[in-house]
Formats: sequence, C-alpha cells, structure tokens
Amino acid sequence: MPRPLEPVSQGARVALGISFFVIFLVAWAAATLGGFVSRTFLADPITMMQDGWLLLTRFGFMADIGITIWRVVGGFILAAVIAVPIGVLMGAYKPFEAFLEPFISFARYLPASAFVPLLILWAGIGEMQKLLVIFIGSFFQIILMVAVAVGNTRRDLVEAAYTLGSTDQGVVKRVLLPANAPEIAEILRLVLGWAWTYVIVAELIGSSSGIGHMIIDSQALMATGQMIFGIIVIGVIGLISDFLFKALNRALFSWRLA
Amino acid sequence: MTNTVLDIENVSRVFPGVRGAAPVRALEPTSLTVAQNDFITVLGPSGCGKSTLLRIVAGLDYPSSGRVLLEGREIKGPGADRGMVFQSYTLFPWLTIAENIAYGLREKGVPKAQRRDIVASYIEKVGLRGFENHYPKQLSGGMQQRTAIARALANDPAILLLDEPFGALDNQTRALMQELLLGIWEREQKTVLFVTHDIEEAIFLASRVIVMTARPGRIKADIPVDLPHPRHYTMKTSPEFSSLKAQLTEEIRLEALQADGMH
Repeated sequence: MPRPLEPVSQGARVALGISFFVIFLVAWAAATLGGFVSRTFLADPITMMQDGWLLLTRFGFMADIGITIWRVVGGFILAAVIAVPIGVLMGAYKPFEAFLEPFISFARYLPASAFVPLLILWAGIGEMQKLLVIFIGSFFQIILMVAVAVGNTRRDLVEAAYTLGSTDQGVVKRVLLPANAPEIAEILRLVLGWAWTYVIVAELIGSSSGIGHMIIDSQALMATGQMIFGIIVIGVIGLISDFLFKALNRALFSWRLA
Repeated sequence: MTNTVLDIENVSRVFPGVRGAAPVRALEPTSLTVAQNDFITVLGPSGCGKSTLLRIVAGLDYPSSGRVLLEGREIKGPGADRGMVFQSYTLFPWLTIAENIAYGLREKGVPKAQRRDIVASYIEKVGLRGFENHYPKQLSGGMQQRTAIARALANDPAILLLDEPFGALDNQTRALMQELLLGIWEREQKTVLFVTHDIEEAIFLASRVIVMTARPGRIKADIPVDLPHPRHYTMKTSPEFSSLKAQLTEEIRLEALQADGMH
C-alpha cells in the first residue's frame, strides 16, 4: 500500500487512470451482453457505438453537437464578459461589495433549470432562451468567486505598489488584475464545466436541436443506445474543453509554474 | 536646518481595541529628524512599534496624533518619494526581475528607453546580471530582496525605508546583503531609515542607532556610530564595535525583559 500523500509516477498515474475506464466498460458489457440487464433499459456498448455511428452519419448529429457547443460557449462568454469586471470591482472596492454581495449570494442559489419555463415565456424557445439559461447559471457564480479571489490578494503586494507610486487605478489594473488572472482563469474553467449541465436542461425542454433534444427524442423511441451515446459525447466534449482550458492557462501564466 | 529630509513630529499610534478590548498603544509620541545622507537604524524588541513608525512614514498607516514631514511637506499617504523594502518578499510574481525594477518608473510614465537604462544600471548595482528575465520564484530569498532594493531605488526616492528586509535570510546571506546595501549607500549618498531587531546589523549599517523601548514604543536612546567608512565585515570584531554592541545589548535586554514581563 502507498503511504499517505506519497506521489505516484507519471506512468503509473496514466495506467491507473485508463484502467478504471476499462473496468467500467467491462462491467457494463458484462451486465448488458451477459443478459443481466434488460436491453430495453440499458443498451450494451456495441449497440451504443452502432447507434452513435448512425446518429453521426445518417441523422446529422454533428450539427446537434455544434449547436450545443455554440450555446454553451456563447452563453458562457456573455456571462464571463460581464461578470468578471463586476467581480473584480466587488473584490477591490468594499462598498460596492457590501452593496451587491448579499443579493448575488441569494441569486446564485436560484437554480438555472427552474428559470427555463419562465425564460420560455420571456424569450420564446429560440436561441436567446438557451443562452439565457447558461448565462443565469454562470453569471452569479463567476461574480462571487472572482470577488473572493480579488479580495484575497496579498496585501503586501498592494502596499508595495503604493510605495512605488501606483494610483488606486494603477493598483487595480497592474496588481489586482495580473495577480488574480490565473485564479480567474481557473474559475472560468470550473464554471464552464457547470455550464455544460445547464445547456442540456435548456435543450430538454422546448428545443428542436442540440444534444439534449436528441436525448429526449431518443427517449420516445426507447433508444437507450443513442441516449447513452449523447451523454458520453457531452462528457468527452467537457473533458476536451477542460484540457484545452488547462493548457491555455499553463501557457498564459507560466510565471506561476516558474 | 536646510538638509533635513524627514521630520517626525510627536507621532503616536493607538490601535482601537477589538471587540470591546482596551485600545492598544503601539507608539508613544515620538519625534525624530533625519538629515540628508543619514543611515538611521531603528533598533527595538519585537512589537515595540518600530515597524508601525516606519509604516506611518511610508504612508501605509496613519498617526493617531502628530505628523510626518518629508522635505517640508506633510505626508498624507504612500508615494514614490519614499521607497520601501518589506520583510516579506513582495516582488510581483508575474513580472520578471527587470520588469519588477521598472515597475515604479512605468507608473511614473518614464519613457521606455530611459527605463531600460535605469533598470540596467540597478541590475548591475545589486549584482543580478543574467537574471533580468527570470521570475521572482526562480530566485533565492537574498536575490529577491536585492531586486526589491533595486526596485525601490530605481524610483530615486528622497528616503529609503527598510522594514527588517534581511530578517528572513540566513546569516551568511544577511551579512553579504548588509555589505551590499552599505556599499550602495556609501557610493550614492542615499538617506536610509532601517528597522531591525538585530543589534549587530543596527551598528554595522548605521550612522545613528535609535533604540526603542518595549510597547508602547518610544525612543530610548539616540546613539551616533562613528565607525569609519567604507566599512568592511571585519569591523564587526573590532574593539569599538564590540563596546557599542555591549552598550546596545544592555539597553535592549532591559526592554526585552520588560516586553516579556520577565522582570
């Protein structure tokens, strides 16, 4: 047995990570192909792959994937562009924080999915409604987390900047922002992950395209293979976007690792 | 006095009590005049308010009474005319060594070419050639504090304030840093206010040692150090140095005992 906190080698880490996927797949195949679970409720991996291939080649599933990605990224960017500056200002200026923090703390607990019926009423069932679901789900979270990060900036760095002649504005722009940029990027990566769960909810109701819409359609046909394929696609896209985000952060903030 | 740089006039500091506790008197009314080219070390036991005094001069804290004049003007807040070096490592981790030294110049709007020349000269003075493009994390503690000194000096402040800048360094590095700082002061005619609790350091660097009492702090003694310049580390074993050290050790010991409630 390894000791607590003892590091594991890179090779062993990869091997262990992959082996769980294999175990999972084998267990799934054994349960379905072995006849332990009814095919009506759970498709086996082979059927799932066949259904997936059909979806991609015959039913234009690529377009669904594309539209879903567009919604997530669109709503998320919209939220980030507005939320990050507000969060920075809240972290930097305490009266501003005192003014907004209580309301935003309340608003963040309003579930984005509960807004779907209301948003359909307000914005119809077009793209705007989908973007708004993502927006509501991400916006308040980003603000609060960014505000906390900026508020925790090392005080001595700020003081050093003042003794070097920085103005208040200079401190915000050239200390608070760069000092917290890596953490803000981390926050965005995290929230983007959550945004993926909201988009599917938005697409389950009142939608005619997207991965969530496909899953709902497949339910009517009892096509569990397609449904599982859709879910797995979401997982894979999430994994890829997470990986890209991490790589980007590493490239942008090399000083952190230096 | 025409060559007075800094005038501390009856400055005191009382911190309000937290949660109904009695207010804390950190600094009794204190007066101190710093002349051009003085190297003053402020020596005192931990918690004697010496850092508070320095922070008030830097404009990072405010006096409860009294005022501080820099070249005749009252200090209202922090500014580039007083360079500060902290005990903690306060280089900006996202900037390279050269960019850190250039920070104040950039804030001041000094043109790029001129900035580069000033930075290069200070890189040279603190012996960091070849490390211009390194990030602070890649440097040792001593090198980081050398950069911090260069960063403060690049602004050409009227006075350089140092708050136990070598406190976190090992003994050998600390001795080298003292010589480096003293060398810069001897060559460039700077005015320095240096806070420390290390007696040897206080004597070796100073033209005047100010001894402070235990909390609430006030000035107990103002002792000129007439050791010749340039000073070399071997001076630390000379009889003159030793007698000064014995005298200051006695002064400080009483205060430390008092601070600890051990008398």
